[in-house]
Amino acid sequence: MSDWKFMVRQLVKNPLSLAGIIILFIFAFIAIFAPLIAPPPEGHLDNYMIPRDGYSATPKLPSEEHIFGTTEGQYDIFYGVIWGTRSAFHVGLLVIGIVLVVGIVLGSLAGYFGGVIDEIIMRITDVFLAFPALILAMAIVAALGPSLKSVMIALCVVSWPSYARLIRGDILQVREEDYIEASRGIGASNFRVVMRHALPNSIYPTLVMASLDIGAVVLAAAALSFLGLGAPEGYADWGQLTSFARNWIVGPSGDPFRYWFAVTIPGLFILFFVLAWNLLGDAFRDILDPRLARR
Amino acid sequence: MENIITIRDLTVRFYTYEGVVHAIDGLNLDIRQGETLGIVGETGSGKTMTALAILRLIPYPGRIESGSIAFFDRDLHSEIELLKLSEDKMRSIRGNKISMVFQEPGAALNPVYTIGDQISEVFLLHQRRELGKRAKEQVDRSLRDGDGFAAGMKRPFWRWQRRLYDKIAQESNLFEPRFLSHVPFFRRLLWRLKDESNLLTVDMLKDVEIPDAARVAIHYPHELSGGMKQRAVIAMALACSPELLIADEPTTSLDVTIQAQMLELFRRIKVEKGASVLFITHNLGVASEVCDRVAVMYAGSLCEVASVEELFLNPSHPYTKALLDAVPMPGKQLQTIPGQLADPLNPPTGCRFHPRCPSAKPVCQQEKAKLKEINKDHMVACHLF
Repeated sequence: MSDWKFMVRQLVKNPLSLAGIIILFIFAFIAIFAPLIAPPPEGHLDNYMIPRDGYSATPKLPSEEHIFGTTEGQYDIFYGVIWGTRSAFHVGLLVIGIVLVVGIVLGSLAGYFGGVIDEIIMRITDVFLAFPALILAMAIVAALGPSLKSVMIALCVVSWPSYARLIRGDILQVREEDYIEASRGIGASNFRVVMRHALPNSIYPTLVMASLDIGAVVLAAAALSFLGLGAPEGYADWGQLTSFARNWIVGPSGDPFRYWFAVTIPGLFILFFVLAWNLLGDAFRDILDPRLARR
Repeated sequence: MENIITIRDLTVRFYTYEGVVHAIDGLNLDIRQGETLGIVGETGSGKTMTALAILRLIPYPGRIESGSIAFFDRDLHSEIELLKLSEDKMRSIRGNKISMVFQEPGAALNPVYTIGDQISEVFLLHQRRELGKRAKEQVDRSLRDGDGFAAGMKRPFWRWQRRLYDKIAQESNLFEPRFLSHVPFFRRLLWRLKDESNLLTVDMLKDVEIPDAARVAIHYPHELSGGMKQRAVIAMALACSPELLIADEPTTSLDVTIQAQMLELFRRIKVEKGASVLFITHNLGVASEVCDRVAVMYAGSLCEVASVEELFLNPSHPYTKALLDAVPMPGKQLQTIPGQLADPLNPPTGCRFHPRCPSAKPVCQQEKAKLKEINKDHMVACHLF
């Protein structure tokens, strides 16, 4: 309990991490109350599909009706970014959650048992790490057919190897400790030794990496969406909103900033979301670093 | 008198990239019921590997190549061949019938759990039935004495708990309690097991002379001194009243006054619990203090075994003599043993000690000497005898 108190106090004491927490709370608030902030219109079938107001390609400036204006194809930007917050949390947390489980299981198997198991798992990670991550992800999404689900699958596939590696390295280090041998000496099973003695001593670097990576995953998902490989057209997703604005980054000659809102607003949402996770991850790293004196 | 451990022709090898390391080479050793057997020898002579081989915890890439280790179980009154046991059976022996104290008390305790948590883990692993029985009595007391509204609300849960503990007391590994212990919330039905094991833990800590045991139990290892940590480690090893306690250089990292206390503690334990002790040390002074018999090891094989007085008054193997000469004494020129410890990758042929032996004969290069009894209770492996 005192550990938790200590952690919270450290998080709040540091202005940067406090900023990260506040931004994240705002995003969480937006995601939770999306139906109240941007209520879907009557008779709307899928809340995650952005309602459109006509089919004209030219974006419309912000107005009473569309606070942030509309983007190409008359999709409402306000509705898109609000409901897109849900997509961002969905993608980031789910991908990191799956990757953590897979990485921890495979990494601790490899690190703890060593030998042939280690060789096999590590050579598999080598194969995955040999491809440029984003290009491999693109290939996977293209093969599975563009959808948010295949984006998540692709991001899981490209990011589990680094987690498996990281946890394996830490387990390798911890497994040579005397207390691991001592716990085997009192008759604990391998499962128990790993779960109760090895993992609690080696998991912190992985957790830090995970909190830093949530932002990176959202960024990668947005990049895939921007390339047209993400959510179906009209799905509330920040990457897709920036993709709609691709042709309108520079306005007509004589008025280059005419359609600034089309790309800036979804871009700012992505920026702040990723920034918040990075600030929080940095703070976690400082708090969980065992080399820093704690009390 | 029965031997508690009978080691015959034990061979342990490590298959490393540089070659095969002969860690233990045809070792024959007996540990008698109720005695303290000391193993002395230089670093790398295979003392620790002998201990780990008994527990079957030889680390990868090491392997027990051949030989047998027979363990006489006092409770079952029968002999068990440890090297042929299944891993499950072996786990029920480790920490329960044979337990080990490690050299570095700071390193042998997990930094993320309190002392009490770590000791009670031993009870939870090996004495679930006993804990179940005690917990059942606890529930029975609550059922009998509890009255009023709160007790009335809790009564159904107590009944359920009683049934669970009853099951555990009869058979420690039944499905229902095992399943529930992994389910959040329902896990709390089993809290009395932990409670009982904490009580036993505090008793155990008192037993190893830790003052204010209940308070020490909730401390983390880094909050305790070296001597306290070593006491906690000893308490952990003694938790299930083992028949054999293996102590791997338990005093090496402690300062001299604490060492003396620890040796006293070991002596008392041996008398009170009737356990046999395998005491590994490279300190001959310590060995002469606590041991009944002493075995001298060199490069993975046994040189000499004798009772303490016999070994120190009448050392016979040239290595034992050299070792005793190498003990620093005031006013005496320190004698070192010429040469280097035998290379375990390419051990010398014949007797391992012959390149450094002052009285080596031609036969020493060719043949390994067998253990011979040269006196009552005094065995030597040397061609001189």
